[in-house]
Amino acid sequence: MHITDILVTGEPIIYGAMVSMALVGIALLFILTYFKKWKWLWSEWLTTVDHKKIGVMYILSALLMLFRGGVDAMMMRVQLAFPDLGFLNSQHYNEIFTTHGTIMIIFMAMPFLIGLMNIIVPLQIGARDFAFPYLNALSFWSFFFGMALFNISFVIGGSPDAGWTSYTPLSGAAMSPGPGQNFYLMGLQLSGIGTLATGINLMVTILKMRAPGMKLFHMPIFTWSTLVTCFIIVFAFPILTVALALLTIDRVFGAQFFTLTGEGLPMMWANLFWMWGHPEVYIVILPAFGIFSEVIATFAKKRLFGYNVMVWSMIVIALLSFLVWVHHFFTMGAGAFVNSVFSVSTMLIAVPTGVKIFNWLATLYKSKIEFTVPMLWSLAFIPSFILGGVTGVMLGMAAADYQFHNSYFLIAHFHYVLIAGTVFACFAGLVFWYPKMFGHKMNERLGKWAFWLFFFGFHVCFFPQYFLGLDGMPRRLFITNVAEWLPLNVISTVGAFGMGLGFIVFVYNVYYSFRYSERETTGDSWNGNGRTLEWATTTPVPYYNFATVPYVDEIDPYIRMKEEGKTTFEEDKVKPIHMPSYTGQPFIMMALLGLASFGLVFEWMYVAVFGLIGAVFMMIRRSFDYDDGYYVPVEEIKRTEKKARGL
Amino acid sequence: MAAEELKTGPLEYRTQEGQMGIMGFWIFLGAEVVLFATLFATYAVLFGRTADAPLPSELFEPGIVLVMTFLLLTSSFTCGLAIHEMRRGSVKGLMLWMIITLALGLGFLGFEIFEFVHYTHEGATIQSSAFWSAFFILAGTHGLHVTLGIGWAILLLIQIKQRGLTNVTSRKFFIISLYWHFLDVIWIFIFTSVYLIGMVI
Repeated sequence: MHITDILVTGEPIIYGAMVSMALVGIALLFILTYFKKWKWLWSEWLTTVDHKKIGVMYILSALLMLFRGGVDAMMMRVQLAFPDLGFLNSQHYNEIFTTHGTIMIIFMAMPFLIGLMNIIVPLQIGARDFAFPYLNALSFWSFFFGMALFNISFVIGGSPDAGWTSYTPLSGAAMSPGPGQNFYLMGLQLSGIGTLATGINLMVTILKMRAPGMKLFHMPIFTWSTLVTCFIIVFAFPILTVALALLTIDRVFGAQFFTLTGEGLPMMWANLFWMWGHPEVYIVILPAFGIFSEVIATFAKKRLFGYNVMVWSMIVIALLSFLVWVHHFFTMGAGAFVNSVFSVSTMLIAVPTGVKIFNWLATLYKSKIEFTVPMLWSLAFIPSFILGGVTGVMLGMAAADYQFHNSYFLIAHFHYVLIAGTVFACFAGLVFWYPKMFGHKMNERLGKWAFWLFFFGFHVCFFPQYFLGLDGMPRRLFITNVAEWLPLNVISTVGAFGMGLGFIVFVYNVYYSFRYSERETTGDSWNGNGRTLEWATTTPVPYYNFATVPYVDEIDPYIRMKEEGKTTFEEDKVKPIHMPSYTGQPFIMMALLGLASFGLVFEWMYVAVFGLIGAVFMMIRRSFDYDDGYYVPVEEIKRTEKKARGL
Repeated sequence: MAAEELKTGPLEYRTQEGQMGIMGFWIFLGAEVVLFATLFATYAVLFGRTADAPLPSELFEPGIVLVMTFLLLTSSFTCGLAIHEMRRGSVKGLMLWMIITLALGLGFLGFEIFEFVHYTHEGATIQSSAFWSAFFILAGTHGLHVTLGIGWAILLLIQIKQRGLTNVTSRKFFIISLYWHFLDVIWIFIFTSVYLIGMVI
């Protein structure tokens, strides 16, 4: 096989990307070698089982993916604003909207939130690590190699081009031959393993490792949202696993599940995909709700209004999320009765969501609001998300949906809920908990610049799209030089670049704050307004998290601890702490599975079998591995705590 | 992670790690239920879509499937006996009954492979129609689980030989027994909703 059969050729933009990727790669290798950081990279990061470090790696990967997905979006917007420029050809355009959607959901939103959960949830419940730290590392590396596999597709083999929903028969072997679609299937399958494992891991962590006295209804609301999300993950992800596996078997081994020959049923894919896909959107929105609840309570300096109702509304949303999947394809023709049932269940979700909105407003009511950057993101979320939610109800009405279906009205709707909900929450959560992760805050002035640029950019970009949709512009359209659509498309593109600018300022702020921000001295970073246990730890958080775990029997326990002068270091109660050992096995195991997936993408069975055997060998090794960690001696804990607390 | 260890109760539940491992595995089995439920639903939707391939009623035979069912049900019983022996503290009894369990499991697998080869010769393959794709993937996923379970149990048998009964080894055996019983439950559903219904309709 010749090299040009594998590498994507003939596209100047992709050549440019190849060169820049090669340059960045060489620069990284050079920096690591020059500063002799290889050993540091391996022993501190690649082999870590510490939930805080794994969380940081998740968030870094997610920011990288936000950049890539964002560049995809910009390129689409350029094409749509200047349709006669010939910037992209139709094939390239198809590939870009496919990778944009897939990356933003699977490789940006989820890992960003899972990263925040990784770092914060154990700290909020008084745990020293996850229930299964080894499995946590495994989850991260499965996500990482899945992401890497999906992303190399645009230089090797060609990107998938059947949309992020990958509907059959278009995505089947007959109409999409070649490796592109296989990249989608294997990349998602590999990272899906990690997501499921994280769901189980966090669920056990929350159920079994809470601080003494902490009942479920004493838990911080972000931890609650994580628990509910894990429930959705455990019950939704196996459906995706099956759907992806069936399509892979169709494509690689010639089965007939979704084909037009052999009496296969292409529309079964739509059903399976959305039976996972709809719960999936709640997997990315419920943690966001949790983050906003924490931020709003902290900066309104009040206990969250209606805590119990907030929890129950999340549980109801989680249950309903499994009962609405058909609303993604009302136009399939399932008939009036089926459509009515799913229309009603869809609109029902608006009820618990509305309850949450009112609870946030009630928390803010008559409070002394502090306008910090995370609070700005949270306050901007409420009205923006309502715009997305109300248009969602409009789309949920089956009869009306025949007009809105697959138009830019839909595009505007889900960007309003996913950006104003999930992305705003990612920024809010990252800025809010940044001092816990890195020992210094992000600069507030730059943070506000990033916020306002992104916020206005967002509305300028997506608000016109509602009207484009009502004017009949369909989604995934490559040629748009219809005179009526052009002005709104240009406005929308301007907004998209505004968001891009906001992102650049945000990233610059990371660098700026690293250089110039004041280092944290206390753990309670936001002017002593912390309410939950994560703020009771010192900053930076010691690797064992809590020297002594406090007794908790109420919501927001840290407030009383501060009043009574208690800390997480009661010197006479310190005992040796059991910690897991670092190990390189998860990295190697998942690298081998990544290799197997790569082989399967190109249908090189020898490579696939070799990778699989290697991974099984690593699993056998793990089974015989009886390393049960080590104990941190009392003296070391006391020394660390005294230094951190300046005692 | 608490290092406290209880002094009474089953070995596998005495440490917090043991309890968490078992709970995690129960949740994993919940995910497995969803996985098989999706495969069953797929099979149900594609039922009757045989295209030019033979009908299931022409190929399914009660004899061989009944033998497979008895083998697997008995193995579930012997697996229970193995755990009973483990609770009594008998490594020997545990190993003996576990080996019998695996032998029965291997017998089941042998019949299943024979059955699949037979169907293939009759012109029903994974490629011949949507129905047969669904059948082979549903039954095959169960068979793959049995295969993995056998391999996994052999690893555990080696470990118990090396280390004897500890909190950790007993937890591992308890978990694989959960897994084995789970596969039995799935098989009962396959037996009734795939084979029995397939023979009649």
